[in-house]
Amino acid sequence: MYAAQNSYSAIAIGVSAGGFEALAQLLPAFPKDFDLPIFITQHQLMDADRNGFIAKYYSQRCNLPVHEAYHGTQIKAGHIYHSVSGYHLQIESNGSLTLSVAPPLNHAIPSIDILFESAVEYYQSGLVGVVLTGQNTDGAVGISTIKAYGGLTIVQDPDGAEARSMPDAAIAATQIDAILPLDEIGPFLAKLSNRESP
Amino acid sequence: MSAQDKVTSVPDLDLEVLEIHLLLTAIEQRYGYDFFNYAMSSLKRRVRNIQCDENLSSISELVPKILHDPQMFDRFLVEMSVTVTRMFRNPQIFKRIKESLLPKLHTYPRIKIWHAGCATGEEVYSMAILLAEADLLKKTHIYATDYNNQSLAIAEKGIYPLEKMQDFSKNYLAAGGQCSFADYYHAKYEHAVMASILSKNITFAHHNLMRDQSFGEMNIIFCRNVLIYFDQILQDKVLTMMRDSLIHRGYLVLGDRETISFTGISESFTEIEPRSRIYQKQPEISGF
Repeated sequence: MYAAQNSYSAIAIGVSAGGFEALAQLLPAFPKDFDLPIFITQHQLMDADRNGFIAKYYSQRCNLPVHEAYHGTQIKAGHIYHSVSGYHLQIESNGSLTLSVAPPLNHAIPSIDILFESAVEYYQSGLVGVVLTGQNTDGAVGISTIKAYGGLTIVQDPDGAEARSMPDAAIAATQIDAILPLDEIGPFLAKLSNRESP
Repeated sequence: MSAQDKVTSVPDLDLEVLEIHLLLTAIEQRYGYDFFNYAMSSLKRRVRNIQCDENLSSISELVPKILHDPQMFDRFLVEMSVTVTRMFRNPQIFKRIKESLLPKLHTYPRIKIWHAGCATGEEVYSMAILLAEADLLKKTHIYATDYNNQSLAIAEKGIYPLEKMQDFSKNYLAAGGQCSFADYYHAKYEHAVMASILSKNITFAHHNLMRDQSFGEMNIIFCRNVLIYFDQILQDKVLTMMRDSLIHRGYLVLGDRETISFTGISESFTEIEPRSRIYQKQPEISGF
């Protein structure tokens, strides 16, 4: 297993159709003392979740605090940051979160590629990229970039996914390190541990 | 993938930092636009878009092009300010403005509103429509500013693709519009031309938040999805300027996911309701 040999700095997860249930299953797997920050870009409709229900919902079910991603937030280890409707989520070079209303990429705002590509520039080989269920090809370019930087790449097994086109596209784009069914991804990620940020 | 492949397939990030610094220096010294306080991840992404479109093998190749060709600089400005906007974007915010702010504006003999970073003007016309329906437009002057002259020209013309009107109309109703959105434009071929009654009291002007001074005495300032492109230093500077441009108890309207909580002037404002993104200027607490 890759996890046994290496340690990592951050996890970035991209998810679309079927994502709410997938994350509700995956996120509770992280233990209370998990010491990496986790970023999630989930496709959402414009003006969805204006009351911040999603972050509250996951927070109640997880051992780690879950936040909506606000511009300027300083990233903390062991915290989960969830994208918000209508904005791309990016990791800034000073270790904070940045939002953007640049045009949609792959018809998506937030776009998973934009999260992955900005995160890998900051964490480089310390980044773990995860593509889950989705009816799109967003994330495929980004996960290839993570691979090119030497990061760890994980994709949900398309066979069990609610929507398989996003995992399929990611697998076609690069040599993925681990293709796992959803129920094994959480425990796999939970074993990864911290190393110094760049 | 071999080790060699890895080296060639990812950019040299340290070198890129230097290249971007050279580019921003060239822009500042040649054109007077200071992008050094721009959020780096957004800036980089946009510079790479230009690099890709222009078929350049490195960011630094853009430097001589920008220095010698003002049109290439315009191209840069357009790329930097390209944005997703629509009429009544986040209709809930406009609904709140209509219900909570407009009734208070009736008491003023004259009203001044500033849309800072108005881009292609969709929200300027949205606000003009709300003011018209509240019978306030006649005594209002709207200043719509942006640093991108191309966007500003579109805003001033008030001509938008006809295909967008269905979406705009839906937002108009969600914002509490009282009439039919179709009353506010006329269709001309593939375009919708906004009614001239809306733009009579609007001044469109070039203004660069990174450099220029305030307009005074505003009742409301819109600054939506602009601050997210600035670093903390520039955010504080711009917000201070906005505070000083507002009248006593004037309002600042931010983007749907923007907040002043993490900034240096959070004490000067109170959000009228949590998550409303509408901030009211508070009286200054004077010391002894």
